[in-house]
Amino acid sequence: MSKRKVKDDHMPVGECITQVQEVFRERFCCQKLPEQPEGVESQHKHLLELLKRTAVHGESNSVLIVGPRGAGKTMLLKCVLRDLLEEKEVQKNLLQVHLNGLLQTDDRIALKEITRQLNLENVVGDKVFGSFAETLGFLLEALKKGDRSSSRPVLFVLDEFDLFAHHKNQTLLYNLFDVSQSAQAPIAVVGVTCRLDVLELLEKRVKSRFSHRQIHLLSSLTFPQYAERVRTQLSLPDDFPDDKFAQDWNASVKNLCEDKSVEEVLQRHFNSSKDYRMMHMLLMLCLSRVSVAKPNIKPADVLEASKMCFTDAKANMLHGLSILELCLVIAMKHLNDVYEGEPFNLQMVHNEFKKFLHRKSSSMYNFEQPVIMKAFEHLQQLELIRPVDSSSAKTQREYQLMRLMLDHSQIMEALQKYPQCPTDVKQWAMSAFG
Amino acid sequence: MKYSSRLRIRRVYAWRGRHSSFNRKLKIYDYHSLAISVEGLPRITIINIGQHILIESEDEDNPYVAKVVRLFGDESGKQKKATVQWFVRVSEVPPNKLKQLGREPHPQEIFFYQGRSCDDEVNAESILRPVQVKHVDGAAPFPDDGDRDALYVKLSWDSKNFQMVDSDLMDSAAAPPSSVPPPPPKPSLPPSPPCSPPAAALASQGPARRALPTPDPAVMRRVASGEVRYSRATASAGKPCHAAEAESLHSATKLSASKCLSARRRNTTARTPGVRKKLALCSPEKKSMSRDDVLDQLLDEDLESEVMLAQRLSSSPPHTLTLTHRLTPLRKPRMKPSTVIINRLQISEMDSPPSSIRVDDSTRELLDKSPQQGDVMEAGLPTGSVKTPRRRIATPRGKCASRGQKATTPSQKKETKILREPSLGSLAEVDHEDSPMLPVTTPRSSKRKSACLSSSRIRKQLNLEEQQDVDSDADDVDSDADDADEFLPSKKELQSSSEEEEEEEESVLDSEEVVVVRKRARPTSSKKTTTTRSSTRTPRKTPNKKITPGTPRTPRRATPSIPSRSLPARQPANVLEEARTRLHVSAVPESLPCREQEFQDIYSFVESKVMDGTGGCMYISGVPGTGKTATVHEVMRCLQHAADEDEIPPFQFIEINGMKMTDPHQAYVQILQKLTGQKATADHAAALLEKRFSNPAPRKESTVLLVDELDLLWTRKQNVMYNLFDWPTRRHARLVVLTIANTMDLPERIMINRVASRLGLTRMSFQPYSFKQLQQIITSRLNKVKAFEEDALQLVSRKVAALSGDARRCLDICRRATEICEHSAADRSATGLVAMSHVMEALNEMFSSAYINAIKCASVQEQLLLRAIIAEFRRLGLEEATFQQVFVQHQALCRVEGLQPISVSEGLAVCQRLGACRILLLEPSRLGVLQRVRLNVSQDDVVFALKAD
Repeated sequence: MSKRKVKDDHMPVGECITQVQEVFRERFCCQKLPEQPEGVESQHKHLLELLKRTAVHGESNSVLIVGPRGAGKTMLLKCVLRDLLEEKEVQKNLLQVHLNGLLQTDDRIALKEITRQLNLENVVGDKVFGSFAETLGFLLEALKKGDRSSSRPVLFVLDEFDLFAHHKNQTLLYNLFDVSQSAQAPIAVVGVTCRLDVLELLEKRVKSRFSHRQIHLLSSLTFPQYAERVRTQLSLPDDFPDDKFAQDWNASVKNLCEDKSVEEVLQRHFNSSKDYRMMHMLLMLCLSRVSVAKPNIKPADVLEASKMCFTDAKANMLHGLSILELCLVIAMKHLNDVYEGEPFNLQMVHNEFKKFLHRKSSSMYNFEQPVIMKAFEHLQQLELIRPVDSSSAKTQREYQLMRLMLDHSQIMEALQKYPQCPTDVKQWAMSAFG
Repeated sequence: MKYSSRLRIRRVYAWRGRHSSFNRKLKIYDYHSLAISVEGLPRITIINIGQHILIESEDEDNPYVAKVVRLFGDESGKQKKATVQWFVRVSEVPPNKLKQLGREPHPQEIFFYQGRSCDDEVNAESILRPVQVKHVDGAAPFPDDGDRDALYVKLSWDSKNFQMVDSDLMDSAAAPPSSVPPPPPKPSLPPSPPCSPPAAALASQGPARRALPTPDPAVMRRVASGEVRYSRATASAGKPCHAAEAESLHSATKLSASKCLSARRRNTTARTPGVRKKLALCSPEKKSMSRDDVLDQLLDEDLESEVMLAQRLSSSPPHTLTLTHRLTPLRKPRMKPSTVIINRLQISEMDSPPSSIRVDDSTRELLDKSPQQGDVMEAGLPTGSVKTPRRRIATPRGKCASRGQKATTPSQKKETKILREPSLGSLAEVDHEDSPMLPVTTPRSSKRKSACLSSSRIRKQLNLEEQQDVDSDADDVDSDADDADEFLPSKKELQSSSEEEEEEEESVLDSEEVVVVRKRARPTSSKKTTTTRSSTRTPRKTPNKKITPGTPRTPRRATPSIPSRSLPARQPANVLEEARTRLHVSAVPESLPCREQEFQDIYSFVESKVMDGTGGCMYISGVPGTGKTATVHEVMRCLQHAADEDEIPPFQFIEINGMKMTDPHQAYVQILQKLTGQKATADHAAALLEKRFSNPAPRKESTVLLVDELDLLWTRKQNVMYNLFDWPTRRHARLVVLTIANTMDLPERIMINRVASRLGLTRMSFQPYSFKQLQQIITSRLNKVKAFEEDALQLVSRKVAALSGDARRCLDICRRATEICEHSAADRSATGLVAMSHVMEALNEMFSSAYINAIKCASVQEQLLLRAIIAEFRRLGLEEATFQQVFVQHQALCRVEGLQPISVSEGLAVCQRLGACRILLLEPSRLGVLQRVRLNVSQDDVVFALKAD
């Protein structure tokens, strides 16, 4: 025992790093549930009470969890379910049905899925039999047969709830809410959505049957809380095998968070969004730079990771263009300036480019029309430009009107970084008028 | 659906004998019996007082069952009436009442009807034929025999509950006065005589029944159980006729084993059937029928007993196995039944004068025994033949009926028929060719064939069932294919088996004089016999076929349910919990306050219609949550109660909901299923309902149909709505339709004129509840449970009344308020009553818009973007801008705020996040910087939210 402990205390660094990465990967990627959801205690309690009443008292309920993406809606629901199932009485009784609006794209599929998950009689193995109408009738009959005190409560979790509202006639929602408002089998309908206007999507009789309970998850997180959260997220748990390593690690993380530059980066991220997933992404990128040689996170890592998070995709794409293509983009920018965002066609761009060549080109020379055309098409494929209307068949390609999908700032930024960009091209881009 | 292919057969009804009494006052004559003859056919069916009969109903598969109490007519003899005691079939009992039975009803069970609502006087011309009804002791199980013709009475039904039938009442019924009526086709087959196909003519001549074996193992079991009244031995004993005797003798000698059995049977039954038989022979009225029946029975038993023997002794003597295993070389034992039958054929052929004159002359028959015998035979001929075509038509019909549960479309049904017809024709031909040689072989082979067929079919169906369930349409196709399959191979089988028999014949050629008889018989046995036989083998399959759907189908009928919980639900513990339970929308209140006027109106409307036995429509409108459905349900509860108390005639209440079906046409399916328990496809259901509501029926309860969410039944042609409103106008429909929808002007808005016109002007609109009414509703629900402060209640009701007048909302808010109260009570330990503050909190939770909060909680960049949007909107003077324009503003704002400007992608991501919450409305994101942005919240709200911090 003591021998092992001694051994544990002095694990090789490599092993420790592996352990660390395992712990954090589980935390950031697998979305391991926290012990206690932070900042949403009241919502947690509300939801837990509600579901408990369904599970224990057989009271039917319906509730919507609404909040922006990454606010922790699913985490909250999962935590509640975990806590709920700790109770034996609930565990024995509660039936769960999980649906997702992105998977169950119409009522037919949704009903089959419900029947399958409830293991009703017309299910053999994984297959559900019967037509749509039969399945609906079957399910309704099944729910109708039950009553408050004798049948097992069923929990319906509808993820992406708003998408269910787009099903034909909202049959599924109507029936679920109707069951929840009548003396049938006790059910709890929990909708999870990020749309704040979800109630407006419901048809009036569906809406009337919905209990109008909404749990809003709006993170009123302040920056200190955010920074603290980053720290706790990066800290190693107490049960980490190597105590010494864990202590060192936690101390280094504490130092890291107090670092000025890191704080700035975090502030910037906080300003951008309070989404937990974004934070996890940043921390994951930091973590990936930890190695045996460098067994802790340095402020530079955070800066690098942040830069990676904030890179502009379109501007990055410009770096890979040829000089000709870049020139065409610059010509388009000038056209945009001159005509105030009016669409242009290949011929106009070519003319603009020729004007530039004619005036002050020393390093560039004219290209053949087909070469220009090819470059133009490449830009279109990269979706840096897009046709104004999709009816491309009518007009010749040279005269098809296009719009530039880039902002000026993106072009200028790309030019700054473009390797070996000819000076005259840079100057042309910078000049107010082509 | 139109069965136009079927011809209606006219039946002629005539009194038999002189009237027994004459009522001068009413000028009516009472009679003892009624004779029914089918035009063109010599058979006469006789109905006596005390006999059980089938009476035409709108559902041809399930004719009504009744017992004749009195037969009477007027002077001219034109009006023929019968007073009957009704019996109710399982299908006629409302499905919800069937639950009272506490068990699965036997398919052949009927109930002694003790209700008063049905007119017990029927037109005698609606009588179809007699039927066998047996009384079963209450505790005893249903006889598990295969006699699907018989019906069993155990209980009586007085339209409310079931009671034991006292056996005295039924005793007379159980033993009909003279003799058993000919076994009619199974109840599920169409009652037939009214219509018969052209094929009837073709099939009408031969002694079809005679050649008909009874392969049904169930029947054999019945034989074994000693329930059959006429055993072969007794019958033969009862008959002085030489032919019959000879036949029975030699059959008896050959089948000593079976004779032993039958003798034992006789002992066990402890009856004297022989005597009875004689009686039956002597009673002239019953003769034709009884003889025919006896003969049938006899013939059947010949085979039955042997088969039974084969089954019973299957282990001991090898030869008995031959019946079950076709390939066994031993043929002799198999030969016997056929020879016996031939004997009979020959007999009937021998002394058969033209058949038609026989039947009506009953006195002469009494004098002369041998012609009488012949007469019996002759009378048997038409019976058999009449029955045969009937059965044959029945085949498709019966199948449809069975498949009706699986949902059939009429068109497919027709296909089935078409499919079948050719195969039948070819079958007949084949038979015809074989016939002079082997008049008797087919039935037996078909018997075996049908047995194995049925078993294979069961197997097949078991396998197929799952697949069939997948799609009802596919199902039909499948079974159609099945049908076709079943017929074609059976034809081959027929041939092969007849060849086989041929060999057998030769092998036994020298054995007995029977052969000689047969040889004599052969030339005389005409085409007729053979053709009918070919048709007789078809019906054999039908009954077998009938069994198959039952067995594998059972899991389908199993009522689905959510499994029950292992621990019982907890009961409310404190006042607040109690209040919450009472306030749940699902809690059924003791009464419905505030809807007294509407209740009264609907009640009197429905009541008057039910009382008069007429039909009508009513349209009820009102915004959601105003108690429309609840009121109608309450009315129905009260009316049902009144019906139970016999204040009004009983009626049937069914309910459909436009939202609870996948397609408007499913309405038909649901109505039909709730009305009769049948399953059918939409088209078929529509046809059945059409027939049900338009045909007169001797007894019919009123139907009250509630159509909820009517607007969803809208179709382009509006035929569903049209039918729903058209049926009540039919004379015999007795249908009251109550429709519910949300909008007041629905009829004007979406209905075409002919539909709106049929809906009529009986309209009612439910106004949203006023705050006083809402308050009353809550108070009445709480029912003295003191959980709310007065002011709190008033606040809730006023608020809801101002917003929507939706009672559901009101109850939900109250419920939420109790929860909030419960939470806060923990730390404040206040009065424990729900106070204003709690209600306010609940109201805020439910009605406050989340936008402002969401904007307040948004990240810095998100808030900046919103400001940029507003700035850009103000600059443009429009409510819309492209992201590029907004982004320029955003960059500027960032600089003003001293923040690092963000990149375009980041800006787009911020924009998308706001779009996902629907604070912004965005164009598809593939447009990138060109996508246009709009606010989903008013600018003022945004400004307010941003200023607040």
